[in-house]
Parts: sequence; C-alpha cells; structure tokens
Amino acid sequence: MDWLELALRVGAVTVAFLVLPLLVGQTEHKVMAHMQARLGPMYAGAFHGWAQLIADGVKFVQKEDITPRAADGPVFKLAPGVALIPYLLVLLVIPLGPGDLVGQPLDIGLFFALAIVGVGVVAVLMAAWSSANKYSLLGGLRAAAQLMGYELPFVLAAASVAMAAGTLSLPLIVERWEPWWLLWQLPATLVFFIAGLAEIRRPPFDMPIADSELVFGYMTEYTGLRFAFFLLAEYVGIVVISALTATLFLGGWHGPMAESLGWLWMLLKTGAVAFLVIWFRVAWPRLREDQLQRLCWLILVPVALAQLVLTAWVRVAMA
Amino acid sequence: MSGVPGYGLGKGLAITLKTLVSRSTTQQYPDVAPELPPRSRGVIALREENCTVCMLCARECPDWCIYIDSHKEEVVVPGAARPRQRNVLDRFDIDFSLCMYCGICIEACPFDALFWSPEFEYAEYDIRNLLHDKDRLNEWMATVPAPPAHDPQGEPSKEEANALKKAGAA
Repeated sequence: MDWLELALRVGAVTVAFLVLPLLVGQTEHKVMAHMQARLGPMYAGAFHGWAQLIADGVKFVQKEDITPRAADGPVFKLAPGVALIPYLLVLLVIPLGPGDLVGQPLDIGLFFALAIVGVGVVAVLMAAWSSANKYSLLGGLRAAAQLMGYELPFVLAAASVAMAAGTLSLPLIVERWEPWWLLWQLPATLVFFIAGLAEIRRPPFDMPIADSELVFGYMTEYTGLRFAFFLLAEYVGIVVISALTATLFLGGWHGPMAESLGWLWMLLKTGAVAFLVIWFRVAWPRLREDQLQRLCWLILVPVALAQLVLTAWVRVAMA
Repeated sequence: MSGVPGYGLGKGLAITLKTLVSRSTTQQYPDVAPELPPRSRGVIALREENCTVCMLCARECPDWCIYIDSHKEEVVVPGAARPRQRNVLDRFDIDFSLCMYCGICIEACPFDALFWSPEFEYAEYDIRNLLHDKDRLNEWMATVPAPPAHDPQGEPSKEEANALKKAGAA
C-alpha cells in the first residue's frame, strides 16, 4: 500500500466521519419534528433548513470555552477528544463494499471495533469526574454502570456472529453472510442493537444524561466546541452502531443487483438502522436506572448466551 | 389487548409513524400570512366622521386606555333661530399597551365609529409608539372587513322594514 492510497483511504474515512453524523443529525432534526407534527428547521440554507447543523457548528465555535475553576483542567479538556477519536478509528475497519472497499482491512476487525467502542466509558468518566459537579458525577457513574453492564451482551451478540462466520474480520463476516442468517441470528441482532443503543446512551437508555434530573449529566459543565465534540460523538456513535449492526447482522453490502452497488446497500442499511435509532428516541420514554439494569442482566445477557449456544449447535450440526 | 407485553411500545411507534407521514400543522407565519378566523380582533379602527364625542367608549373602557379631547364649534344654520353647537374631535387616542381587546368600546359606540380590524402586525420597539392617535386609528379603517351578510332566513333590519313599510304606504 503506497502513501497515496493510504492518504486516500484515511481521507475518505475522515470525510465519512464528518459527513455521515451531520446527515444523521439533520435527519433526526427533521424526522423528530415531523413525528411531533412540527416542521423542524426551515431557514438555515434556504431549503428546508438543510444547513442547520453547519450553522450550529459555527455557533458552537464562536462560544466561549469555559473550564470551571474547580475542574481538573487537563482531564476536563481531554475528555471530548477521548469520546470522539475511538469512533473515528472504528469507522476505519467497517467495510463499505465488497473487495477492498474498506478503510483498513483488519484480521481482528470485530475485536478491534468492540474494544475501541468500549473506550467511550473512559471519556465519560473523565468528563464526569473532572467537572467538579455533582450532576456530572452522578451522570458519569450512571453511564459507567450502564456501559459496563451493556458491554457484556454487546460483545456476546457480536461473538455469536463471529462464531457463525468463523472469522473476526469484518469484510470476511459480510462475505460469508447468507440471508437465512437473518433468522438464525435474529436474537443476537436484537440484543446487539439494543445493547448498542445503550452503549451510545441514546434514548430510551439516556439515563446518564436524563435532563429532567441531572441537568445534562456528564456534559453539564461543557460549553462551546468541547460540548459540540460530545454531541458529534453521539451522532458518530449512531453511525458506528448502525453500521456495525448492518455489517454484522444485516449482510452489509449484500443486496440485489450488481456487486458494484454494494456500497449503496451498505449505506441504505446503515441509514435504515439509524432511522430506527431516531424513531425510538421520539416514541419511547427513558428507562429507569433499575429497569435499565434489569433489562441488561435478566433479559439481554441470557438471550445472548442462548444465542451463542444455538450458533454453536447449528455450526456443529452443519459441519 | 393492552395486556400484551410491548403493546405500549408498538403503539408509541405506530403513533409517531402516523404523525410522520401526515401533514404537520405548523404555520409558516412570517412567510405565509395566517388565515385568521372571521371576526378576529387585531386592532381597533376609528371612523372619525361618525364620532360625536359622546365619551361612552372612554367611560366604558375597563382599563381607561381611550383618551378623548374635543371642543365645541358654533354652526350657523341658515333660517334657524339660533346657531347650533357641534362637538369637534381634537384628540382620540387608544393606548394599545393598555388595551386588553375586550371590544367593549366597539359595543358601546352608538354611532358606528369604532370597528374591529384583523390587522395585528403593529408591534413597536418603543412602548410609547403603541399609543395610536386618531389619524393612525383612521388608517386602520381601510383594513376593516365588510360586515357579515345577513342571515337569509332572518328578520330584515329595522331600517329595511321601515323602508318597506313606507313604500307600501305610499
């Protein structure tokens, strides 16, 4: 791989990293508005508010960047970056299309992605602890409990599909995927998606943010660009979780018509899952902390374990 | 039905989806003028020549936001024994920063000098500019809609009945 190709790949991933979250965010603005019988942004960019998030970005840049006096400065300032960078790295290993259409084909891509998504909890704890604010701390501890808990069904569900495909490489998993896996891996799909929602702390799993009780959880003390980074991390998170769900369980670039259109299928599937994420946010109320833990430990983990057994059994039966 | 687990979750999804695909009711106000219902109360208009300075509106106003000044003028009517006296309106102000749009002045006016106009875009940067003088109130007359048509089954107005009676007698 020469330097030009490397630069091209990194550039493409960076562009995806900057554009896809904005698309998801704009879709959320409009879809949420219309689900609530509103219109949403209509002015920015003249046509149905398409430039709203760009305007928001400009606004965030102009805002004063405040670090509270009691805060632990360096940690406080570093946390948004720690929240954002892992998702950028995950995008690197997610295959967009057949063959070489992936930022960096990695033999242990799945392992890498899961490990790096797990870094999120560190950023949250950094932000929470360094803010010197009790709401931040409460939100951070809730987030830690939630992320630690949901990490388990998340990884178990992903392990099931890795077992089915017999590889940890994401492009290979997609390549070996067959439509009947939709049924075979259905419990894992649901567990992975629900746990993924909890991993990115989206409603109905937004207990760590819970604006009606915790101001804005671990993001309470953040302003300006750093706050924007946290928000961007949330939307990249949606992209990453949707893309991972599409890659692992929905067959990624598989689809009718020519294989050269694979990237389109992948984007469509990712978009559909992201739409679900938005839809759930509009339709469902927040889970209480105890309900959240109960769902994880009493439903998701057992289902994921049962799926593992099923996967192993089918694999052995087929071999 | 509501006993089925997840019924509420499904219902939530269904309702939001239904709202998503149906038209939203938002009015794009500054770009699209709103369709106001008939008899909307926007601003009060004054037809100055109908006013006789009877002061009924100013006295009935619950928050005293109508200010009236006048003087008397003598009108010499040829053939009359004495010159007649007539009230001339000097000042007729309505302070819309006090007005609560109850419309009592309009109800009270015996000479059809006050009207409701549906115009509502007269916000000001300075509260003192909300005091509309008689010229400004007169300008609003142009925006007063025509009175609603009579009920086709209803009784004719007194004037019409009188005119008919006269025509019949003649």
